[in-house]
Parts: sequence; structure tokens; C-alpha cells
Amino acid sequence: MSTMTRQSAIESQTAPSAGSLLSIRKVAKSFGKNPVLRDISLEIAQGEFLTILGESGSGKTTLLRIIAGFESADSGEILMEGERLDVLPPYRRRVNTVFQHYALFPHLTVEENVGYGLRVAKLPKDEIWARVQEALAMVKMSTYAKSKPAKISGGQQQRIALARALVNRPKLLLLDEPLSALDANLRRQMQVELKSLQREVGIAFVFVTHDQEEAMVMSDRIALLRMGELEQVAPPREIYSRPATAYTAQFIGHTNLLRGEVHERVVRCGSLDWPVALPDGPALYSLRPENLRVVRTGAGGPGINVVRFRGRVCHRAFHGSTEMLQVECADGLKISVRTAAGDHRADDVELEFSPQDAVPVRESEERV
Amino acid sequence: MFSRAYRAVITVPPLLWVAVFLLVPYALLFCYSFWSVSADQVIVHSWSLDNYRELLHVHVYLQTLFRSMWIAARVTIFSLLLGYPLAYFLSFYAGARKDLFYQLVIIPLWVSYLVRAYAWKTILGSDGVLNTLLQYVHLTKHPLEFLLYSPFAVVLTLTHIYTPFAFLPIYASLEHIPRNLVEASHDLGASPLQTFWRVIFPLSIPGVLAGATFAFVLSLGDFLAPLLLGGPSGIMISNIVVSLFGAAYNWPLGAAISLCMLLLVLGLLFLSENLEKKWSFR
Repeated sequence: MSTMTRQSAIESQTAPSAGSLLSIRKVAKSFGKNPVLRDISLEIAQGEFLTILGESGSGKTTLLRIIAGFESADSGEILMEGERLDVLPPYRRRVNTVFQHYALFPHLTVEENVGYGLRVAKLPKDEIWARVQEALAMVKMSTYAKSKPAKISGGQQQRIALARALVNRPKLLLLDEPLSALDANLRRQMQVELKSLQREVGIAFVFVTHDQEEAMVMSDRIALLRMGELEQVAPPREIYSRPATAYTAQFIGHTNLLRGEVHERVVRCGSLDWPVALPDGPALYSLRPENLRVVRTGAGGPGINVVRFRGRVCHRAFHGSTEMLQVECADGLKISVRTAAGDHRADDVELEFSPQDAVPVRESEERV
Repeated sequence: MFSRAYRAVITVPPLLWVAVFLLVPYALLFCYSFWSVSADQVIVHSWSLDNYRELLHVHVYLQTLFRSMWIAARVTIFSLLLGYPLAYFLSFYAGARKDLFYQLVIIPLWVSYLVRAYAWKTILGSDGVLNTLLQYVHLTKHPLEFLLYSPFAVVLTLTHIYTPFAFLPIYASLEHIPRNLVEASHDLGASPLQTFWRVIFPLSIPGVLAGATFAFVLSLGDFLAPLLLGGPSGIMISNIVVSLFGAAYNWPLGAAISLCMLLLVLGLLFLSENLEKKWSFR
């Protein structure tokens, strides 16, 4: 144990982010013969909003439950501020959870629910009262203090669950798909509120979701989990514009995956080619639909560093402010293009993109 | 949605059943309780409150009723003390063996009541298993007489018989507690003991009330256990009713006692149902 703390002290000195709060080190977990998490390592900084994003079955909830202490890892360790966290029972961890279905105690009032953690910690009554009122005011639920959970709406229960966790002033708040039960409008509103609340209290949030848009809106960093392994960990803008793998590129936003061959500093994908700085061999590129432009007929020749090609629109999907076109090129390659809605009624179009927008990505390996 | 004929076919048989085998007997019981028996053992159909007056003034009836309630109360307490931990263990800690343990609790219910009561007789009797064992290991010199033919024997037997009835509703209510509430409690810093008293127990109260009601009502009206194992000091109110309807041939007084018990039980059921509602939150 003492060598452990010394070692972690050295590491936190040398670690790039000095304010590391939680260190997840090579955590693995199986249910029976089913590996759910494989050697997950992740650092969470003080005050950070980190989203664990993944499809159902990716292991994201299991990872959260291991941090909370409801499941134990088969191997690996978790440290909080240099101290082992994974050896403590859940009720000794300075971590609180907002559950997917809120898990409010039905026999207690809103006020009693929020004060639960403080009461079991045997704090003085007047302090409990003051902190509960403060927490209720923070989530704008003071008027419902005496209601039972069954009498308030889903969105309100959500706020109470949040207040009940935050009132304990945890070092880390875990949120397990907390917005998934809310309808779309309320959900967007809660995303904004939750994010501003997180900035206000300065507590690190680990937020689990399967909704990539939600992850983009709220997070400081996104950890994309795929079949029990971290695919990429990066800030939203970076993970969107510089996806490391084909899976990341496809999971976060829409993309066109272009498969080609690099030969003497030029990549060739079907009839398209552009200069690259990669060694020879097969290559995979992600090109976002919004990075393709429809060229007005009669416009001048292609500019420098632009790839231009012709195609035929075979499908249009209207999205409100934008429109998604499916364009089929001469060689049969199908490409999605996002344009401003209402433009370009013609079926035969000329498209162009800048080579620097085509991002080389790794193939996502098959996992069983 | 369904035709009238279909609805009639579905609803008439149970209604008939209830009318013939429940409402008519209760109505008869009600009438009998106001009638009387003449000196030459004929039921006199004249209305009076004499039976109820006798019930209140003859010491033995009230005394036996209170003894029955006291026995039933003890059975209830012991059934809950045995049934609750069992249900709690099964619901929260039995894991994969849950179904097996559940069956083990249920199986005794398939064995005839009479067999189980006789079993206790052979265990508790002066030549019984227990007394023989105690003398064999020289803990006692003579058979312990209080073991059989006493309220003790009745309470023991009834507890054995009615514990599954207390267990079942408690188990059902524990199974209905969402496990994420337990996790939420731990998450908020409550130890397992605090979680039990602050979350699990309050949410299982409807089951405890239902189990207590079962145990109390069933043992209050019991007459076989006191008959077989009670002896003179373990007589319960149902034994009096049985003898009034039998050897004593005083149906009116028996009916009056029965009606009082019926009202008592209905009152209890009403009370427990209201309390259960007060303690259920969904």
C-alpha cells in the first residue's frame, strides 16, 4: 500500500495534468465468460466534465458502476487523489451517483430525499436544513420540498436526484444516462442546465450516455467506448474533426469513409485523388458531409488544393436548415453531402472538397 | 365488447357460489345469533339479545377470547421474527439458490396440517422425542410436563404452521423493492444497517402488515392445534364454538360468538388494509 501511494505520487508529479482527480488503471471486468471491460485506463481531471459515450453493451454503465462501487473490477485499480478507491465499499467513497431512473426513495419527501446523505452522516439538524434548502434552490425545486416523489414529474425527479447527490459535496459525480427518460425538449433544456450547474459547483462529472449529440454539447472530453475498450478520448471538437478510427468517425456525426491506396504521396480513391503525406499502402479517409461543397455551374476551374468531381443526386433528405444529398459518382461511389436547404435543385452536380478535410483514420479492429 | 350472454356465463357461476356458500350461511348465522334454545332442545325463533348478554357476562367466554388473542399475538410476533429474516435473506442474499430456498419454505404447506400437529405431539409428549433426549443427556430427571397440553405447545405449533403465511407477503414486498434504491442509499453514504432501517424496512411494511394479519387471523380462529396440543389451559375460542355447535347443542350462542369473531376479523382486515395503503407509495 505504501509503495502504491509513493508510486502514484511520483506519477501525479510527472503527469501532464497536475489536477488529476481519478485514475482508472487497467480495469477489466467480465460477466461469466463475457468480457465487458478490457484494460480501461483513464484519467479524470478536477472539475472536468467527462462523457463516457458508447452504444448499449459497450460497457459504459459497468465502468460507472465500478467507479461507484456497485461492481468490483476483476483486475486493475482506481485511485482518487492518489488513494485507492476501489478497495472501499460504495458508502465510503466520496462519489455520488445520479441514477438512470433517479432512484428516489418513494417513502420520503423531496426534502428528506435530498437530506438523506447528510442525515446518515449524522450532521447537525440545522446544517442539514440549510444545505437542503440551498440544494433545492440550486435546482429550482424549493416549492416542492414537502412533496412525495410520485407526485412530481420526471424532469422534476431528475432535478431532485441531482440535488440529492450534489448536497453531499462529492469530489466526483457520476451520472448514468440521467436524461434518457426525458422527452426531447426537456432533454435539451436539462443539458444546458446541467452543464452550467457543473461549471457553477466545479465538481468533476462523469456522464454516461449513448447519445453522441448530448456528449458533444456537454463535455469537456469524450471517452468513446466500444466493446469494452476505449476507442478515443478527446475534447468534442477534436474527436469530431480528428477521429482516430473509422468507428469514431462514423459514431460521432455522419461521415463518408473513403477507402483508397497511397502511391508515391498521392492517394487514389476510385476516380478521386489528392496529395497526401502518408507512406505507400492502403488508407482510409473520413470526409464529413459538410466539408463537401456543391460548385455552381459555370464557376471557374478548381482552385489550388481542391479536389473536384461530378456526380448525380440520387436521394435528398430535408433536415430543416440543411439538406443531406446522396450523390453517386461516375465510378459508383456514393457520397453524402450536407448543403444549406433549398439550394441546388439540379440532379447533376459538381462537388469539391479540400484534401486537408479528408482525415486519415485507422480501421476499427473486429472484436468478439 | 363481449356479448351479454358471454358476460352472464362468466359472471353468474361465481356470484351463485358466493351467494349459496357465503352470503346465505352468514345470514343464517346472523339470524341464529338472536334466537335461543328451549329447555327441550328446540331452537326457538324469537328475537332477543340474550346470547350477546350471556357472552359478556359469563366469564369463560371473554377470558377464552382474550387468551385466543394473546396466543394469536404471540404466534404473529414469532412468525414475523422467523419469517422476516428468512424473507430478507432469500430476497437479498440467496442469489442463484433463491428458487430452491423458496420451494423449501413452501413445501411444508403441502403437508396436511393434521400431520404437522401430530408431529409436534410426538416431539413434545412426555414419552416424546424432546423429553427422551433431555433425559438421555441427563439435563432433566423427569419428563417436562409443560411442553405438551399447554398454551406453549399451541403457540409453537401455530408458529410452525403459519410462519410461511407471514413469510410470503414479506418476501413479495422485499422482492418489489427496486434494487437501485438500495444502491442509491449506499451511494449516499448509508451503511448496510442504515440502509436496512431507512429504506428496506419502511418499504417492506405493507408486506409485514399483510403477513401479520395472515398469522393473527388464521391462528385466532384455529381449533385443531388447541384441541390436539392445548390441553385445558390451551383452549381457544373456536373450541368453544365447536362444542356449542356440537355436544352442547347451543347453536344460537355459538352463532353469536362466531359473529363477534367475524366482526373482529373484518375490523382487523380493514385496519391492516388501510395501514398498508398508507405505507405503499406507488
